[in-house]
Order: sequence, then C-alpha cells, then structure tokens
Amino acid sequence: MSVTPSDIEKVALLARLAIAETDLPDVTERFSRVLSLVNELNTIDTDGVIPMSNPHDMEQRLREDRVAHPSDREALMASAPAQQDGYFLVPKVID
Amino acid sequence: MSWEIVMGLEVHLQLATQSKIFSGSSTQFGAAPNQQADAVDLGMPGMLPVLNEEAVRYAVKFGLSIGARIGKRSVFDRKNYFYPDLPKGYQVSQFFSPIVCEGVFDVPLEDGSLYPIRITRAHLEEDAGKSVHDIFNHETGIDLNRAGTPLLEIVTEPDFRSAEQAVAYLKALHSLVTYLGISDGNMAEGSMRCDINISLREKGSRELGTRTEIKNVNSFRFVERAIHCEYERQADILDTGGRITQETRLFDAEQNTTRSMRSKEVANDYRYFPEPDLLPIVIDESYIDTVRQSLPELPAAKRARFVAEYDLTEYDTNLLVPNHGVADYFEAVAKSSGAPKLAANWILGDLSAALNRSELSIDANPISAERLAGLVSRISDGTLSSKLAKQVFEALWNEEGDTDEIIAARGLKQVSDSGALEAMVDEVIANNPDQVAQYIAADEAKRKKLSGFFVGQIMKASKGQANPQMLNELLLKKLEDQS
Amino acid sequence: MTKDSVFGMSVSAIQTMLRERSVSSVELTETFLERIAATNESLNAVITVCAEQALEQAQKADAAISRGEYQSLTGIPILHKDIFCTQGVRTTCGSKMLEDFVPAYDATVVTKMKAQGAIMLGKCNMDEFAMGSSNETSYFGTVKNPWNLDCVPGGSSGGSAAAVAAGMAPLVTGTDTGGSIRQPASLCGLTGLKPTYGRVSRLGIIAFASSLDQAGPIAHTAEDCAIALSAMSGIDPGDSTSADIPVPDFHSALNTQIDGLRIGLPREYFNESLDDAVRDRVMAALAELEKAGAILVDIDLPHSHYAIATYYVIAPAEASANLARYDGVRFGYRCKTASDLEDLYLRSRSEGFGEEVQRRILVGTYALSAGFYDAYFNKAQQVRRVITDDFHRAFEQVDIIAGPSAPGVAFPFGAKQVDPVAMYMEDIYTLAVNLAGLPGLSAPAGFIDGMPVGIQLIGKPFDEQIILNTAHRLQTDTDFHMARPTLQGLTS
Repeated sequence: MSVTPSDIEKVALLARLAIAETDLPDVTERFSRVLSLVNELNTIDTDGVIPMSNPHDMEQRLREDRVAHPSDREALMASAPAQQDGYFLVPKVID
Repeated sequence: MSWEIVMGLEVHLQLATQSKIFSGSSTQFGAAPNQQADAVDLGMPGMLPVLNEEAVRYAVKFGLSIGARIGKRSVFDRKNYFYPDLPKGYQVSQFFSPIVCEGVFDVPLEDGSLYPIRITRAHLEEDAGKSVHDIFNHETGIDLNRAGTPLLEIVTEPDFRSAEQAVAYLKALHSLVTYLGISDGNMAEGSMRCDINISLREKGSRELGTRTEIKNVNSFRFVERAIHCEYERQADILDTGGRITQETRLFDAEQNTTRSMRSKEVANDYRYFPEPDLLPIVIDESYIDTVRQSLPELPAAKRARFVAEYDLTEYDTNLLVPNHGVADYFEAVAKSSGAPKLAANWILGDLSAALNRSELSIDANPISAERLAGLVSRISDGTLSSKLAKQVFEALWNEEGDTDEIIAARGLKQVSDSGALEAMVDEVIANNPDQVAQYIAADEAKRKKLSGFFVGQIMKASKGQANPQMLNELLLKKLEDQS
Repeated sequence: MTKDSVFGMSVSAIQTMLRERSVSSVELTETFLERIAATNESLNAVITVCAEQALEQAQKADAAISRGEYQSLTGIPILHKDIFCTQGVRTTCGSKMLEDFVPAYDATVVTKMKAQGAIMLGKCNMDEFAMGSSNETSYFGTVKNPWNLDCVPGGSSGGSAAAVAAGMAPLVTGTDTGGSIRQPASLCGLTGLKPTYGRVSRLGIIAFASSLDQAGPIAHTAEDCAIALSAMSGIDPGDSTSADIPVPDFHSALNTQIDGLRIGLPREYFNESLDDAVRDRVMAALAELEKAGAILVDIDLPHSHYAIATYYVIAPAEASANLARYDGVRFGYRCKTASDLEDLYLRSRSEGFGEEVQRRILVGTYALSAGFYDAYFNKAQQVRRVITDDFHRAFEQVDIIAGPSAPGVAFPFGAKQVDPVAMYMEDIYTLAVNLAGLPGLSAPAGFIDGMPVGIQLIGKPFDEQIILNTAHRLQTDTDFHMARPTLQGLTS
C-alpha cells in the first residue's frame, strides 16, 4: 500500500493539520517510509487473536456518584487564549 | 405517488446522576458558564476519566425494563472529531460493544394496541458542552458545564411507519424513564433529545431508501411536524425522479421546513477505537439480579394491574399510568377511599382541570391524596351529593382544611336522614295540591317531568343537601300514596 | 566532602549526609541550582528553574529534619521531566503548543514525591510530546550529552538524563512509552526504570500513548531508583488504569541475592543485527551476573521483529486522539487572527506542533481511518497480544530477560534526522516491553570509546524488585555506574 499526496491531504484534514503545498512531497515521502515499516504487520497471521487494549486485561473500577468539591473556574480558565463572561471564545460558528 | 415512510429513532437521554459520567462535577442545571467544568471536563492535559457507577446502574435498569440482553463486557470507544464544544477532540462513547444490546419495547398506541419497537442497542456516552452563538457579536461562546453529563443513547431499528407511532414511542419512553427514575426525559429541557432517521420507499418494497437524519427536535409536536415536513420534502424529490442526499438536517419550526446542517457537511470519519484510559465494564449475573430486584413496577405492569385490581377502563388507565406521580397519587386515593372509579373520575376530571389551569404538575398539587380520598369517601358514603362535592373540592384546592372540616364549616352535609326527608316531602306535597293533582292525572312520561318540580322544591328547601336518590324514592312513594 | 563531590552523588549517599547533618537541604539546593546555572546554558537540559520555590521547600525540609521527621526523599533535590503537570509552574511538554501553559494542578507523581519531601528544582527538556529518541524534536532546542557535547543524550527524557549525568540533580523523573527512560539512561550512563504499566499513576502526565506511557525514575544507581519507585508508585482512583496492587518498600527489600536467578537471553536480541561492541559489553555484564550465581538461558521471543511495526501503529494512533485537545480553544497556543473556526484549528495546530509530532498524528489518524482500521490498528492490537504472549511464555522458563538497551551509543546531532525510521530503530529493544506492559530497567554496562552502554533487564508484571536486585548486584560487582563525565570545560 503506497500513499499519495492526496491521501496525505485527506488525513491531514481529519487531523486538522495544514500542510503547505511545498512541503507535501516531503511529508508524503517520509510518511511512506513509516508506512513501509508498519506494513510488516501484513506478514503475520493473527486469525482468532483477541486485540489487546490494556496489557493486563484489567476491568474498569467504578466511582461513587458523588459531587466532588467545586472546581476553580478562574484557575482553570487562566490559560484560556480568549474568554469573556465565563465563556471560552472562538470565531463565530454558523451551524 | 404514495410512499411508505420508514423511520428509526435515536434518543439521547441525559441520566439524572448527581455527578458527571467521568468526573466529579455536578450535573445540576443552571450554573454560570463553566462553573461546573473541572479539569477532566475541560480536557486539560494529563486528565483522565473515572466511570460513575450510577450511570452504569441506570443503563442496566433501562436494559432490563425492555427485556434487553445486557452486555456483560462492554467497552468505551473514542469517537474522534473536532468541534469547540467537544473539549478532548473526541467523545467517549460505546461503539463496538454497548452495555445494552437488543431488546423490544412495546409502545401503547392511541387505539389501545401495543406496537413492538425493536431496540437495537443502548449505550453510555458523555455529553458535549454548549456553543452559544447569540451573545457575542463576532464570536461563539463555549460553555462546558454540560460536557461530561452522562447520556444513554437508545437506538431503534427502522420499525416506525408513522409520525403517530414515533410520538407514541417518545411518550412511552418518557414514561418509562421517569418510572425508572433514571432521567427527567424532558424534551423541552434537553434531557431527552431525539434524532429521526427517515427514508421513503415504494409501498411493498423491502429495500430501504436513502435516509436523512433530522436532529434535535425538541418536543412531541415538533417531532410530528418534522416528520410530516421531511416526508413531503422527500416525496417531492422522489416524485420528480430525483435522488435523496444522505445528510443531516435541522427542523426549523418557524419555517416549518428542514434544512441541511452546514457544519456536518464535511464527511466525518469518526475513527472509533477502544478508549485506552478506560477498561471494559464487566457485569455479572448477581449484579444484574440486584438491579432487576430494584426495578419499580413498570407502566405496562401497572396498566394491567389497574384494570384488574381497580376495574378501571383502559381509557382511564392510559391516562393515569404514564406519569408515575399521577399513578401513585391515584392509588393512594383509591386505596384510602375504597372507591377507585370515583377517585379516577375526580383525578382525571376536576383535579386535572385545576392543575392545568394553574399550570401545576402533580408534585405541586395542593390537595394531598389523603384529602382527596376524604372527599371521594364522603361522596361514596352518601354524605355529599356530586354538586356539593364540587364546592368542597374548591375549598380543598384553597387548602381550607379536610373534607369533614369543610362540610361542618359550611353545613354541607347531605340530608340522608329518611325521617327528615319524609318530613320535607310531606310538606311540599301539602303545600302544592294542584301539582299533586296534575301528577296523579298524568301518564308515566309526564309524571317523570312533573316529579322534577317537587324535587326542585325540596332541594331549594334543603339548600341542595337532600340526598337525591333517597329523595326520589320517598317522593315517588308518597306521590303514589296520594293517588 | 567538597561542594563538587555532591554532583554525581547518589540519593542514598546524600540522604546519609542530610541525616548526619553534614549538609543541609538548603545548602544542597543552592549547590545544585548553581550547578544548573553553570552548565545549563550549554547543555540545555532544563527548561524551567524554580529557584525560589525550591529554596522554600528546602527550608521546610530542613525544619522537618531537625524535628527528626524523615520521609523517603526529604530534602533531596530533584527535577521533573516537563511532561509532569506542576501547579503554578510552566509545563511545556517540549512544545510550542504549551510554551506558556501553567497547570492549575499537580500530577499525582509530583504530589507523591512532594509528600515524600523531595525538592523540585525545575523542569527538564524533552522531545516534543515525548515523541523522539534524541531530544532533537524539542521546541526548546537540543540537549547535549554530558559525555560528549556533540552527541545526543537520547530521548524522549533526554533533558532528564543529561541533568543527572551532569550532576544537576541526583534524581529525576522521566516517562517511557517506547524506551524514553531506558534509552537515554543507557546513552548517559545512568540507571533508569520503566515500571510495570499501571504501577505508577498517569494522572497529570501529559498523555502521549495512553496504553503505553509510564513514569519512572532516572538516577545513578538501582538503589536510588528503588527509593524513588516506592515514592512514585501506588493506585490512584483518578487513573482507571492504575493497578490495585500494594507498593512494596523496594529499597528495604533490595538485596544482591541472585543465586539461581534464571536470566533469559532472547536469540532475537542477540542476532547478527546487534552491534559487536554492544554485544561484548552486554555479555560482559551478564558474565558478572553469572559469576554471582545467575543462570543464563537462551530463549525465544519469536515475534520480536514485529514490535516496531506494532508500536508505530498503536502509539501514533492513541497519540493522534490524545493530541486532538490541542486546538487553540481552551489553553495552549492559538494562532493570530483566525478568520474562522477551521482556520483556528489548522493554524494553531500546524504552527504549534513540530514536524515529528505532526507526522505521528498523520500516521495515527491514517491507521484509524475508515478502511484502514482493521488492517492497521486492529491488526496491531492483535500482534500486541502475540508479542505479549511470547514474553509470558518465556517467563515460564526464566525469572528475568536481559539484552541491550539501545543498538549503540549516543550518536551525533543530526545523524538520524534524514529518515524518521532510522530514529525509530533506536528503540528496537525497548518497544516490546511497553507493548507487553512489563517493567524494564537500563543499567550501565560499560563504555565503547568512552561512551556509555546500557544493559536492559526486563521483569514479570509488577516484579520490579527482581530487576532492581539484579541491577543492584551488578552495581555491587562493577563500577560502571560510578563513572562521571568530565563535562569538558563546563565547570571550573
């Protein structure tokens, strides 16, 4: 499986990354190298093997339904690039 | 051309837990923006989710109530997309292995029949925040208070064939989840949100047409209108040989149309994969049994029991059961008064009217079950005529005391003492010899009319307190004696 | 004791001095702060120094010591890799994206070590978002290896390793997703431990690959690592993946009894691909362990060669989702004058992330995308289990597994920049350990042309004790861990 610049552009959009036209060939080439590395996976038969998400196959612990102490909005929003009246601000979105 | 409409519904139910599904923030409505969003909710660097046990219990409760198979090992997955009200850039949901698997929900229709809707699955996920577009001139404001509220997404098979069925389903679902106590199920407030998948096909066809998704229709009425709207729109297109575009649309209540959602135009590849920060939820039989034992009597069972135990009509039952507050109230009144049918009449009649007029819900009802039972009892035992009972009802509504206190205070006791009644009858007969003569001379039909005169006189004399049945009996007998 | 001899002293030796009152915590802190000031401009191992805070903490430590109150790390100056969120102190993760990010909370590891009395001197440089094996992807510049200033220290915990090697602190924290503690420890002549997945809480650690990341110590000795590990470990209700396993006192249980210890040597690690010089050093170290009573056993890990492909699907995939939160909306870098939302996303992310990070996000997104999920991500998860089963099977025959930590010694800057895969191969011996969630340690095993080489010891799940003991025994019988770089001309 090889990758074209157009493929890279589609993936980049999904990931919200902008790749300059001039960089695209290079990015594609380097990406292809990684893909070649990864394509090694095609050579092993894993029929019937259960995929592993957590190395110890642990089970989820449950938390009591209780309200924790209130969070500090000011402290948490101190890093906000744009805020007003308690809202985070982004350029206007039209639905 | 008449098309068959085929629909599936996806309902997002906000679960009424105290805290959010993955963080300890409060889920209470109405806080100032971002006051109920902690570091986990904001998706701050390094933050991790921890699962709320109550959300799991609520999901299992729902599954059991529709006889669904519970997923013994369900998994959370990341649903990846970018939107400002989605702080992590992914929503934690369940895609591959939901906690509730297939089940069937029998929906009571208007005509009394039950329409089975197959539930494909129900899964847990977190809610997103809110984007506010109308506060700032050039910006959209993001409030993440709602981000992380637990949702149960309930998905049906495309089993709906009419708007009526869809609305009936939503009403029955609302009733069920309020019975279970897992959600307010309130469409207007957003605790129950409905997305409708609609496609059309030729009658008799087995194939499914291209469907559109109508999002966020927030009332039963709007659901009905949106479906009719979209049917018309799709029918128009198909009638002229066009093709339906698979897309997401919003219902515009003012324009009575649906329109395409611009922001959803970019095809989204959600790239689901198992959430590595959470582990599979493992549920065993004993847990399921514990939850099953905690289930309240569900609407379907209550309906059947009301008909059997209280000899109510299906019609009345269908009005009393959907709101469990009303159902519980009815039962308390019925049991206390021993007169269930009378109780039903008063609740569905005068009480219902009074509540609606004052825009109160059953929870804010000023007349306690005990007190209404008191009124019903006094009618049932003959102390009050129905007419006088209405007066008493008004007094109860204004919280003037209990029935007996009101009767005493206003001297409303129905006269059922045969001696006193007899005396009244004798007096009226004696005072009206001409009418008595007319009565004796009259035939069966005319006699019925004429007796009304005497009844009226006695009622006037007794200030309406004469027991009508007893009065009639005595009157007729005495009039007979005159002839 | 002279001021200079403190640099390069182990934690346990410094603890003795503190208890004997031959030095105070404040003096220590001042000394190490001076060391940082003297060497950091060249080495660039530290991004943020917290002098005032550190001295305050040191004063408190001295007060506690005078009351006879000792926690396991009381008065010990440490540095945290800049991936651990520290309340009120800038945490950059080596990225422009978080250049000015000041967390409102501490990572659990930070809280725990503070509770044990450790003094935080500052935050260490690292590969951007922990993606790299040379510290060359950091937005804050490269880090020099104290053993050779023209060479890399390894990565992604390059700053951490360089800091200890240069004597800026006796103990640092790092994180390891595919080798990021063990490989820099190896390249800098240090002992670095990646605990079993779930041993240490990940809460407050900026996530790279959630099912692979683990935090651990880097120090001069296995003994120091043992002290630090107990301080860092423990179940955290805020981290669903942290294990409900009691924390041993790794230090007091530390011993050198390895008589009869079966050490597995995977044929796949010791094949023709292994550099001869590295092989010689590792085998020599193993010979020492044999002399001490260990038994060397040849084993097979037949699917080893799939580890790198598996890792470079899973790690980038998880990372692509973990890094989606960096969108310029609530924190972190935001581009100037975004015209609309899409512009905000595209430019904030493209300007905020470096090349390697963007590449891995692309790879990860691709591996998860429609049509590729089965062939890549799901497949990789399956192979992950196959690789893990290899280890479990091997552990039926042996107690620990040994091999090289890295394919070679520290390499010159730019040497592996042309082909990204060349850099990925640095972790060829360490990756599988993360996939299987096992504990792994790198300990000094000698030198090749004056540059450090490490031996890797891998244990069964939650059996950090045995690999610590083994390394401790090695360090009892050899003195590779005692060597210190001269830091040519950096210090007077």
